[in-house]
This record gives sequence, C-alpha cells and structure tokens, in this order.
Amino acid sequence: MSLGLAHFLVLSAVIFSIGVIGVITRRNAIIVLMSIELMLNAANLALVAFSAFRQDPDGQIFVFFVIAVAAAEAAVGLALIMLLFRNRKSINVDDFNLMKW
Amino acid sequence: MISLPIINFSVIYPEIIILVTAIAVLIADLFIKGDRRAPISLIALAGIIMAAFAIHAQWGANVSGFSGAIIVDNYALLFKYIFLVGALLTLFLSVWYLQREELFSGEYFFFILISIVGMMILSSSNELITAFLGLEIMSIPLYLLAGFDKGKLRSNEAALKYLLMGAFASGFLIYGIAFIYGSMGTTNFDEIVRALSSDSLDTDPLILIGISMIVIGFAFKTAFVPFHSWVPDVYTGAPTPVTAFFSIAPKAAGFAILFRLLTVAFSPIFVNLSTMLWVLAVLTMSVGNLIALTQRNIKRMLAYSSIAHAGYILVSLAIGTSKGTEAGLFYLLAYTAMNAGAFGMVILLGHKGEDDLTISSYGGLSRRHPVAAATMSLFMFSLAGIPPTAGFIGKFNIFSNAISAGFIWLAIIGVINSVISVYYYLRVIITMYMKPEADSVTTVTYPPSLLVAIILAAWGTLHIGLFPNGWLLFIRESVVGLYQAL
Repeated sequence: MSLGLAHFLVLSAVIFSIGVIGVITRRNAIIVLMSIELMLNAANLALVAFSAFRQDPDGQIFVFFVIAVAAAEAAVGLALIMLLFRNRKSINVDDFNLMKW
Repeated sequence: MISLPIINFSVIYPEIIILVTAIAVLIADLFIKGDRRAPISLIALAGIIMAAFAIHAQWGANVSGFSGAIIVDNYALLFKYIFLVGALLTLFLSVWYLQREELFSGEYFFFILISIVGMMILSSSNELITAFLGLEIMSIPLYLLAGFDKGKLRSNEAALKYLLMGAFASGFLIYGIAFIYGSMGTTNFDEIVRALSSDSLDTDPLILIGISMIVIGFAFKTAFVPFHSWVPDVYTGAPTPVTAFFSIAPKAAGFAILFRLLTVAFSPIFVNLSTMLWVLAVLTMSVGNLIALTQRNIKRMLAYSSIAHAGYILVSLAIGTSKGTEAGLFYLLAYTAMNAGAFGMVILLGHKGEDDLTISSYGGLSRRHPVAAATMSLFMFSLAGIPPTAGFIGKFNIFSNAISAGFIWLAIIGVINSVISVYYYLRVIITMYMKPEADSVTTVTYPPSLLVAIILAAWGTLHIGLFPNGWLLFIRESVVGLYQAL
C-alpha cells in the first residue's frame, strides 16, 4: 500500500483535533500552548502534503512563515506565563479568574 | 533560469515609514532616560503624520507589488487612514495615562506602531499568506500591549487569555488556508476569483470548509459571537488606552480583510456564505447587547457594546454588495470616532490604579463637571444611535441597505437590538445627571493631550452625524474600485 495525499490529510486532521481538544480541556497554560503548537503543525503537515501533491512550492514557503510566527508566539506566550507565575505562583488557567461577569 | 520577482517597493511606503519610526522610537528610548521620555511620543506622532501624507500621495492609485501579493487601491488606503487615525487618537489618549500609571516607556509606542504596520499589510494584502503575516504582525504586539501593566495581575491575565485565544484562532486560519491552497492550488485573490467563477457548478466541499475556517480565524480578532469569550476579560484587564486601541484598529483590520476576502475574492460562492454571516450577525448583535445590559463596570460594558457594534457591521458584510460595503465602512468610521471618545472619557474620569471603574462612580457628575458629563453623553448618544450623531447615520445606512437588499429580518433584528442598546447607554447618562454623588468623589484634571483626543473624537462624531455627505462620497470613492473588476 502506498501513501497518498489522503493519508497525510487524515493524519493532519487527527493531530489538529488533538490540538483543539487539548486547548479546550487542559488546564495547564503550558500544555495549552503546546496544544496550539500541535494545531499549527497539523496545518503545516497539510500544507506540505498539498504542496508535494501539486508539485508547487508555495505551500512549503508558507510553512516556513508559519514556523517563524509560531516561534514568535511561543516566545511571547512563555514570557507571559512566566510573568503570571511570578505574580500568582500558578499556571493553571482556571486560577486566572479575576474578571468574571 | 530563475526569473526575478517584480518587487515594487513604492507600494509599501507608508508601511516603511511607520516601521522606521518604530525603530527610531526604540533607539530614542535607549538614549533618553527617566522622566524626560515624553518627547518619544512626538517621534511616533511625526511618523504617523508622515505616513498619512504618504497615503495621501498614493490616493487614486491602483497598483500591485510583490508579485501581486500586495495591492494598493483606495479601499486599502481608506483603511490605512482609519488605522492611522486610531493610532493617533490612542497616542493622545495614552501619554497622560501612562504618566499617571507610571508606565511610560518607548516600547509602548513601538508596539502600537508595529501593530499598525501589520494592519496596513493586512488591509492591502491580495493573497492569503500575506494576510496571515499581516494578521500576526498585528497580533503579537497586541498581546504584549494587553499585558503592558506588568505589575498588575489583571493585565497579565488579559495578555495570556488574549494570546491563547489569538494563537488558537491562528491555528484555524492556517488550517483553512491549507484547505483553500490544497483545493485551488493558489492563495492569490485574483486567481481564486478566476478559479471559482470557472467551475461554479459543483463547489468543492474543501473550499467551503476552508473559507469557513478562515472566517473563524478572523472572527476571533473582530470578536464575533461565539468567538468573543476573550473580549470582556481582555478589554477590562488591559490598560484603558490599549482597550481603546483594541476596540478600534484591530477590529477595522479584521473587517478590511473580511470584506475583501468574502465579497471580492470569494464573490462567486458568496451565496453559500451569506447564511453563515447572517447567523453570525444575529448572534453577535443579540448576545453583545443582552450581556451588556447586566454590566456594572464601564469598561466591561463598552467591551460588550463593541461586540454588538461588530454585529451591525456584520449585517453590512452579509449584504455582500458594494452598497453594503460602503455602509459598513461608514459605520467603521463613525465607530472609530465615538468609541475612542467614550474610552477617552473613561480615562479622564478614572484615577490611579483604576480599581473602581463602575458606572455608579459617575453619579452626580453633571453637577461637579458639567462639560465632562455633556461630552460623555454625546458619545453615549452616538453609540446608542440617536440623531444627530454619527452613530445614527451609520446605523440608518446599514439597516436601509439591508432592507433594500432583501435582508428584512436581519434589519428588523438589528433595529430591535439597537433599541435594547439604548437602555444601557442611557443608564450611564441617567447616572451622571440624576443619581446622587458617588462616595468617592472623582477629581477631574484636564490634561491637554487627552483633551486633544477627546475633542477630535467629539468633532468626528458630530461632523459625521451632521454632514455625512462628504464622508459618504469619500467612502464611495474608495469602494468603487474594489468591485470594478468583478
């Protein structure tokens, strides 16, 4: 059995769903950040698969941009988590409840 | 043989000016120490004015650069004007506030300017990858701005919530772009139109999934219900001038790309998207207004009200014609003026620390500070859509266009919503004029920079309301080119 486009797309959909579920259910801010990273990489996988399937480099170039942006987002995210930990001694998302209506 | 891409740097002159200014601000911040930092804001101001001149010089052009990734037309330029006005107002709102809260530093202006660069790229992007880059250049400084009050837990929380939701949304956006790219083999808007109109008989489900996910990605930024959950917390936790900036500029940027993407690039299959936008518009208007009714905190109330206002603009997006786009852009202009003014008044009437920003703290304001109370009332009337203010003309435009385009139910729901909204805006006015004085008497000082912002916003609110014709012509001139090619 040879690997086709569909295999890659299904894998990327599975990883993306794992990421979404992780963001929604996990309470640790760092794990939420990691789940977002999973979502982005699932999209990258889909982009590379499409790009290889279409013999067109645009998708792979986009992946480089996504990786760069993800790195910037992770840097800012970890800095903010550190700041919060310093002020509150917790990185549990449920503890961030100062503002509720 | 590799052919070199055609790069036309002249199309991004305004972006380059703002970028250079941002770097100049950072360098100046290195050399100026302590309390003498106030002139840094003047550098930012000069950059914004120069960029406005650069945009003025480009007006009427219709050129693309960077192999078609960037397009400069009047539509993009109008949005760039809106972003610059937003940045200008934020600048004037910020200076005194930052000094009061002892937060003044060069990075603040750097973040504002860089996020303006991102918005400008977003508004003139003619391609999905560029749009994604513009969105991220805009968003990352915004996350940092939300957390700018580093010592305050509230501000930290706002920043982290904004970042997690924003990055979550980016995930959807990229996945959506991957689907569009996979099913059409291109990310360029012109080629997307061509591909869609050539085989309109059977629309690939991948395309519909892709565009829906892209809309979800941008819906987080523009705060449509049900993607709004971060808005009230981030708006309350962020420093107030930053909140004002959030409610004006990124929202306009989100709509800039949504109008271009949905009503131009995806115009051949817009019929399939219209229902989704209809539902989003109704949800956004209704939920925003109904929850705003129960709010005690003025910033939280304005946060929900900004969600509701996004709903009104969504009505004009759901219409999907050039008339609808005109009404939407007009409303964005009016919204920029009145919302900046309302937040300016919140800053003026606040005090150091900002722990108590409840509506009831405005009790009896009219007796102590009649001018402040009258100005706040003007902005509240405008947000509620009462003539002769900008808000009234804006809403009238949107709903009359919705009716003439056949969206009668949408217009009716919109009007009902705007009636509901009158209640919570009027409550602020009633508190100021008819309630006894609050226990903690607010001492109001009138710093000149803040007054400039409020006077500008008040002038905009009244001028757009009283003399809308010139503004309408200006907007028609900017929208007309957008739909010419179709």
